[in-house]
Amino acid sequence: MATEPAAAEATVPSLVDRYFTRWYKADVKGKPCEDHCILQHSNRICVITLAESHPVLQSGKTIKSISYQISTNCSRLHNKVSGKFKRGAQFLTELAPLCKIYCSDGEEYTVSSCVRGRLMEVNENILHKPSILQEKPSTEGYIAVVLPKFEESKSITEGLLTQKQYEEVLVKRTNAPTATS
Amino acid sequence: ILLRRVICPDCFKPAKNKQSVFTRMAVMKALNKIKEEDFHKQFPCPPNSPKAVCTVLEIECAHGAVFVAGRYNKYSRNLPQTPWIIDGERKLESSVEELISDHLLAVFKAESFNFSSSGREDVDVRTLGNGRPFAIELVNPHRVHFTSQEIKELQQKINNSSNKIQVRDLQLVTREAIGHMKEGEEEKTKSYSALIWTNNTIQKKDIEFLNDIKDLKIDQKTPLRVLHRRPLAVRTRIIHSMESHYVDDHHFRLYLKTQAGTYIKEFVHGDFGRTKPNIGSLMNVTADILELDVESVDVDWPPALDD
Repeated sequence: MATEPAAAEATVPSLVDRYFTRWYKADVKGKPCEDHCILQHSNRICVITLAESHPVLQSGKTIKSISYQISTNCSRLHNKVSGKFKRGAQFLTELAPLCKIYCSDGEEYTVSSCVRGRLMEVNENILHKPSILQEKPSTEGYIAVVLPKFEESKSITEGLLTQKQYEEVLVKRTNAPTATS
Repeated sequence: ILLRRVICPDCFKPAKNKQSVFTRMAVMKALNKIKEEDFHKQFPCPPNSPKAVCTVLEIECAHGAVFVAGRYNKYSRNLPQTPWIIDGERKLESSVEELISDHLLAVFKAESFNFSSSGREDVDVRTLGNGRPFAIELVNPHRVHFTSQEIKELQQKINNSSNKIQVRDLQLVTREAIGHMKEGEEEKTKSYSALIWTNNTIQKKDIEFLNDIKDLKIDQKTPLRVLHRRPLAVRTRIIHSMESHYVDDHHFRLYLKTQAGTYIKEFVHGDFGRTKPNIGSLMNVTADILELDVESVDVDWPPALDD
């Protein structure tokens, strides 16, 4: 499950380590193990990604396709943002869907925003090559970029788990596999 | 005031940062806009006889601004170009502009200053070579006459006071000359050197192909690290040439010559795939940038002075 190279180079902090704080939301929308990882930049911009424990990132899963058409009237691809103040962006609440992932085994997963704010962009690279999402979920395989309101930049993390809290959740899961239905 | 009310009201829009609506730029814009016949109508020459006596409300004198230009080198990886203050709290001590301008403020006995430069670098980036052009406007200076010897001594004083920055070619210039500097910002090329780390081990032959790539076009989405204050856009930029120097199996140095406005750090690490192509994608590795230096800013202004 580890995507980082061996401990020999552990002293070099990655791009994500240098600029971002990792926040987590577990079992998003009540769906077991559908964990999301929000990378919060020091400038308050949030990058929405899948956490390592998400079903889509487990070995053996193949992604058939990804769609940003979340309803008949709304496609995240049609998000248009203009100017320094990002006018015209689609506004997202915590539960707003970002995309749908369709797997070859018939399973369908919805990725949610987890933070309130303006949608800056969704990752079009994973549309063309879904495997990037599984190969590099924390960088090239990101889902979306969200800009929270300036006033809310601290409060958005109140409902999220820290790296340590997330790891505790994972430990609890392996110890009690039947806990979540 | 007549110019504003009657001729061109939209040239004189009040803005938060300005003390007065009648800035030099606004007046010049209005004068350029007004048609010659209209101007003659409103402001005949000779003017009409005044109907009332003018009473003086207040007299305020101010010196015209003077401009000092030069080039600066930055040797610290912990120095912002402008003061870094958030919520009234200073995050990092000092700044390039303060280290240079504080001395000028004192000697010119000026009220305040405006610092501008031909582009800028991040806090953790050094500026080497013959430095980056800058210009400082000294507002309401009480002393404006200096010999070139005195300016040389002022330059020496600045250089002796700090090892974080050094200045050269310090000289008095006109307001018009500043245009040359800003021209450089958009049009000229810049050279850099970067220390690059790769996750996979590399051999000398793995980085040789970079030397042969000429005028590589890259597309850069606004980097995430500035997206909070810049519009979202895609910018096409050109990497004119590169030269790689092997360091060890996880590091190499890359010298690059690029178009102005290229984000080098993002060209190296790819910024989540939002800069394409990038060093990582070209080499099929995960790459990151450990150090960046500006080797040259290819603007030939201000004129070089012999020391």
